[in-house]
Amino acid sequence: MSKAALEAIRTQVMWNRLIAVVEEQAQSLLRTAFGTITREAGDLSAGVYDVEGRMIAQAMTGTPGHVNTMATAVSHFFAKYPPRTMKPGDVYITNDPWLGTGHLFDYVMVTPVFLKGRLVAFFASTCHVIDVGGVGMTAKGNSSFEEGTLVPHLPIRKQGRINDELLDVILANSRSPIEVKGDILSLISANDTGARRLIAMMEEFGLTSLDKLARHILTQSEKGAREAIKALPEGEWHYEMPLDGYERPLTLKCKLTIRGGKVVIDFTGSSPASLYGINSPRTYTLAYSVFGLKAVIAPHVPNNIGSLSVFDMITEPGTVIDPIRPSPVTARHVVGQMLADCVFGCLAQALPGRVQAESAGPIWILSLYSAHGRVSVEETKDATPFSVISIGLGGMGARPGKDGLSTMAFPSGVGAIPVEITEGQCPLWFREKQYLPGSGGDGEFRGGLGQRIVVENREAAPFAISAATFDRIHNPAAGREGGKPGQLGAARLGSGKALPDKGLHIVPTGDALVVELPGGGGFGDPARRDPARVADDRRAGLV
Amino acid sequence: MSNVSSCGIAIKTMAHPLKLAADIGGTFTDIVLEQGPRRWSGKLLTTTAAPEVAVLEGALGLLAEAGFSPADVDVFIHGTTLATNALIERKGATTAFITTEGFRDVIEQGYEKRFDHYDLMIDRAEPLVPRHLRLTVRERLAVTGEALIPLDETAVPELAERIRAEAVRAVAIGFLHAYAHPAHEQRLRELLRPLLPEDVTVCISSEVAPEIREYERFSTTVANAYVRPLMAGYLHRLQEGLARAGLGAPLYLMMSGGGLTTLETAARFPIRLVESGPAGGAILASRIAHQCKLPEVVSFDMGGTTAKICLLSNGEPERAHRFEIARAYRDMKGSGIPVRIPVIEMVEIGAGGGSIARVDKLGRLTVGPDSAGSTPGPAAYGRGGTKPTVTDANIALGKIDPQFFAGGKIALDERASVTALANDIGKPLSLADYWPAAGVAEIVEENMANAARVHAIERGKDIASATMIAFGGAAPLHACRLAEKVGIDHIIVPMGAGVGSAIGFLQAPIAYEITRSAIISLDDFDARRVNALLKAMIEDATAVVKPAIGGARPVVRIVADGRYVGQGHEIQIGIPVRTLADSDGARLKAAFETAYGTVYGLTIPGQQAEITTWSVTVSSTVKPPAAARKAPRKAAAKAKHVRKVFDSKAGKPLPTPVYWRFDLKAGATLKGPAIIAEHETSTMVASGFSARIDTAGYIHLERTT
Repeated sequence: MSKAALEAIRTQVMWNRLIAVVEEQAQSLLRTAFGTITREAGDLSAGVYDVEGRMIAQAMTGTPGHVNTMATAVSHFFAKYPPRTMKPGDVYITNDPWLGTGHLFDYVMVTPVFLKGRLVAFFASTCHVIDVGGVGMTAKGNSSFEEGTLVPHLPIRKQGRINDELLDVILANSRSPIEVKGDILSLISANDTGARRLIAMMEEFGLTSLDKLARHILTQSEKGAREAIKALPEGEWHYEMPLDGYERPLTLKCKLTIRGGKVVIDFTGSSPASLYGINSPRTYTLAYSVFGLKAVIAPHVPNNIGSLSVFDMITEPGTVIDPIRPSPVTARHVVGQMLADCVFGCLAQALPGRVQAESAGPIWILSLYSAHGRVSVEETKDATPFSVISIGLGGMGARPGKDGLSTMAFPSGVGAIPVEITEGQCPLWFREKQYLPGSGGDGEFRGGLGQRIVVENREAAPFAISAATFDRIHNPAAGREGGKPGQLGAARLGSGKALPDKGLHIVPTGDALVVELPGGGGFGDPARRDPARVADDRRAGLV
Repeated sequence: MSNVSSCGIAIKTMAHPLKLAADIGGTFTDIVLEQGPRRWSGKLLTTTAAPEVAVLEGALGLLAEAGFSPADVDVFIHGTTLATNALIERKGATTAFITTEGFRDVIEQGYEKRFDHYDLMIDRAEPLVPRHLRLTVRERLAVTGEALIPLDETAVPELAERIRAEAVRAVAIGFLHAYAHPAHEQRLRELLRPLLPEDVTVCISSEVAPEIREYERFSTTVANAYVRPLMAGYLHRLQEGLARAGLGAPLYLMMSGGGLTTLETAARFPIRLVESGPAGGAILASRIAHQCKLPEVVSFDMGGTTAKICLLSNGEPERAHRFEIARAYRDMKGSGIPVRIPVIEMVEIGAGGGSIARVDKLGRLTVGPDSAGSTPGPAAYGRGGTKPTVTDANIALGKIDPQFFAGGKIALDERASVTALANDIGKPLSLADYWPAAGVAEIVEENMANAARVHAIERGKDIASATMIAFGGAAPLHACRLAEKVGIDHIIVPMGAGVGSAIGFLQAPIAYEITRSAIISLDDFDARRVNALLKAMIEDATAVVKPAIGGARPVVRIVADGRYVGQGHEIQIGIPVRTLADSDGARLKAAFETAYGTVYGLTIPGQQAEITTWSVTVSSTVKPPAAARKAPRKAAAKAKHVRKVFDSKAGKPLPTPVYWRFDLKAGATLKGPAIIAEHETSTMVASGFSARIDTAGYIHLERTT
C-alpha cells in the first residue's frame, strides 16, 4: 500500500476515534445524570472542539437542538476568558439562553484540554437539569428574569478546584439542589472522560496538536456539504407557517435561497416575540433550521462546523425566532422545533417529491406537579409533594415512499421516559399510553400516528400540569403532494373539559389528564394508496 | 447428504470422560469429540429444515470413525444459531402478546427516538407481534404492588378464544411493574393455560426478564415466546433422536453469556441461546489467551454465514446484559430488537464463506450480508447455487484445495466458481482472470477490518497491539490480510480451528445467571431482605446447575448494579458471598463509590446510593489449560505438493507449497506464501508472513515485512 493511502487510513481512523471519544463522553453523561429527561430521554449533547472553538465532532447520542447550539457556544466563552488565560483543570459554565443552548435549564460546560502544558482542544457538553428556580418548566414567565437563575460565563472549576462559592449560589436557587449538583458534577466528569480519551489517542498516534486533523475534518465535511448543494437547483422559495402561539397565533415566514453554492434561510417577516416563554433564541433557531436543511440536503455528511458553515440564516431581532433579552424563552422548543417543518416547506418546492410531510413538531413536555401551593392547603395536606416530567411524542410526517413513523421524536432527539420509571418517582399512574388510531394524515403514504396518554393520581388529591409546550392544537401538520393533514393535538380532563393550550392547569381529585398527541401529515394522494396497505392498517386497527 | 471428516486415532482410555460437542451454524454443523488430550472433529452442511439430522449423522459418524459407541459418550454439549436465525429471518412462531390495557403498543413504540438524527428514511424494527395479535386485559398494579385495577378474570375465555382463532403458537404476557409484582401475570397464565391447546407456549415477563423498564422487559419476553416452540421442539426432537441412537449422555446447551445450561432450562428460556455459537468461540479465545499469556486479543471467527469479532483483555471477554437482535436498518445500532440477557460483547457482520458477491446499481462490488448458506450454497457445491460467494472466490484464487475441503468429502466444482464469478462480477465490471475473485476477497476483508476497527474504537481499544486468534472454517484463509489491514503483527490459528466454537463449548463451565430488580438503599441497608433475596436466587440458580455438576461444589458469584439515588443507570460492584449484616451497607457503598470514581473520575459526596439489580451466577469450576510455549525452531516437513495460488501483491499466481497440518511438528517454521491444510479449514500464510508451530500445536503467523 502506498504511503499516501496509509496516511489517509490513519486519518480516517483518528477521525472515527474522535467520534468514538465524544460518544463515550455522551454515554458517560447519560449514565451519571439525575434528571429523567437527560438519562432516559436523552436531552443532552457532547462534542469536541479545536483550539479555535470550532466543533469538529459530536456524539450521535443527544439532540440536534443541543448539538447545533453548542457548535457555537464554546467560542462565546472566549470573549471573557481568552484561551491563553485558561489553565489545566479549568472548567467553564453558563446557562445563558442566548450564549448557550436557548434556555436556563441547560448548563453548558466547557473544558480546555492540555497536552504537555499546551492547549490542544476543548470538550463541551450540556444537559437539561431538573430545576433552575424561577417559575419552573413553564412558559408563563414574562421575562427571562422570572424564569430562573442565570449563570453568566464563569469558571466552575479552577485548576482542579471546584468553585464552591458559585456552586452554592446555583444550588441555593434550585428546588432540587442535590440532583442539580449531581448533574453539574456529571457534566464536568463527562468532559474529563472525553479529555482522558483524547490525550490517550494523541499519545498513541504521536500527535502534539489536533490542528492538522481538525483542518482535514472541517475541509472534508465542508467539501461534502458543498457537493451536496451543487446537486440542488438554484432559486428562491417562500413558505409561511401558522403556529398556535401562546397569547395569540404566530406566523413563521421563511425564504430559502440557493445560489452560488450557498444556502440561505431568511426568516424576515416572522411574528414579533411572544410575551410568554415560547420564544426561540437565535442560536436555537439556527440549530433547528440548519438541522432541517442538512437532513434533506446532506444527511450523511458528518455534522460539524465545516458542514454547518455552508448554511446561512437571516433573522430580525425582536421576533419570536430571535428574541432579545429579557424575553422569556423556557419553552423555546415550541417554536424552535417547528423550524425543520418550516424549512421543509421551502425545500419541498425546490425538490418536488423528495421532502416529507409535516410532523407533530415540538415534543410535549408533560410537566407534572403535586398541587401544593396551587390549590387550598386543605386539598393537599395529605398529598405527597412531587415534580416529574414525562414526554409526549406525536407522529412524523409521511415520507416519499414510506409511511411516517408513529410516536417518534422529530426533529428533536428526545425520546420517551419509561412509564415504570416515572411511576417510581411520584404517586401518579398512567392509565393509557398507546397509538391513537386514525391520527395520521391520509395519503398514498400515511402520516405517523400520535398517541393518547392518560394520567391519574393514586392519592385522593389534585395534581398540576403545565401545558407550556402543547402545540398543533389549532394548526395541524400539513400533508405534502396531496396528502392530508395529521390529526390535531388535544388536552382535556378525563371528565371532558378541554384544557386551553399553554398555561398551568389543575386536574381535580379523582379526575384524569388526557392528552392526545398530533399525528403527522400524509404524503401523496390518498386515492393512490396501495389497497394492501389500507387492509393492513385496518387489520391492525390503526385507521 | 451428510459428509463427515475426522482426524486422530482412537485409543480408548477410561481415565478421561468422552465429551461430544455440536455447533450448528447457518451453513455448517461442526462436531467435536474429545477424550483427554485426544480430539476428533467433523464438519457437515447444516440441514436447515431439520437441524437435528446433521447433528445426529455427524455425531454418530464421528463416533464410529473414532471407534466409540454412542453409549460411550459421557456428556454432550450443544450450541446453535437456530434462535438467532429465526429472529433475523422472522421464522418464529405466530405469537400473541397480552399486556396491560392501555399499553398495546409498547413493543412497537420502543424508545420513541430515532437512531439516526439526519437520515429521514429510517425504519423501526418490525415488532415480532403484529398489532392485531397484541391483546390487552383490564388489570393494573401500581409501582407499590397495590392493585389499582384487579385482574379481569372474566375476560380470559374470550382472550383464549382469540388466541385459538388466530392459530397462535406462543403467548407472551407482560404487565406493568411485573418485575417486582408478578401476581397478575402468574394468575393470568394459570387461568389461560387450561384453555389453550397444550402445545401453545406461555411466557411471562416476570420470569423471563424481571427488570424495570417496560419496553425492554416486554421485548425480551416476546422474543423468548417467539422462538420457544421452534427451539423446544427442536431440542426435544434432538433428545429423542439421541436416545434412539443409544446416546443417553446428559445434554447441555451453550448460552450467549458463555455458560452451559440444561435442556429443560434452555427450552424454557431459549432467548438465552442466541449467539451461543459465537460465545463458544469467545471461550476458546479466552482459553488460548490464558494459555499463551496474551494481554490483548482480537478473536476472529469466520464461518459460512457471518464473521464475529470479540475483544479480550487479560484473557477475559467483555460481558454485557443487553443485546440487540436482528438490526434491520443498514445494520445500525438501534434498529434491532433489544433483549435483556447475559451476553459476551462482540460484533457480528454478514461476512462468511457463503456471503454472496454482486455488483450493485452504482457499479460497486459488494459482498453479503446475505449468505447462500448450506442450501443452495456456493456455486462450487453443485447444489443449485449459481451466485458467486466468498468460498467461490477462494477456490478460484487457488486458496482452497478441492481435495481437502471438509476432508475431501464435499466435492467442489472449481469451474462452477469461476463461471459464477465471471458472470456476476467479471462481466459487469469488465474484469478477467483472477481479478473478479481477488476483488471479492478484498471487499469482504475490508468489511471485516472496518467492523473490527469500529468495534475496538467504540470500546476505546487499540487493536494493532493485540494478537489475533483466528478460527471458524473461513477465518484462517483471511486472517493474514485482515491482520494487515488493522495493523496486527501476530496471529494464532489454534488446533481444530475449523470447528473452534464447538471446541470452546467443551471448555465452558456449567453456569446459570439469574438477575432480579430490587431497589435496596445502601445508606439504610436492609440486610435481612437482601439475604432472603440472594438466598432464593442462589437456590434457583443452583437448581438449574446441580443436575449437571452432581456432587461437585458450585462456585457462586454475586454482582449488583448500584447508582446514586436519582440516577437511571448503574455500575456493577461485587457482593461478598456470605450472610450480610446491616453494617455491610457502608462497606458496599464504599465499594460503589470506588467503582464510580474509577469509571467517572469523581463521586458525589453526601448523595445516597442504592442497588437496583442483583445478579447471581452459579457455575462449575474449569481447570486452567497448560501453558503453550515456543518450541525450538526446526525445518518444516516436506510440502505435500505445490499449487498455483493468486497473490494480490504480486498481482499474479505464485507457486505455493501446501503442507498437511499434522505433518508439522512443534518448532516447524516456514515462510509465506504457503498453505497449511487440515480437514475443516486451510490456513493461508500470505507472502510477508512466516508460520511457526508451538508446543500446543498452534500455528503462529508473524508479519515479516
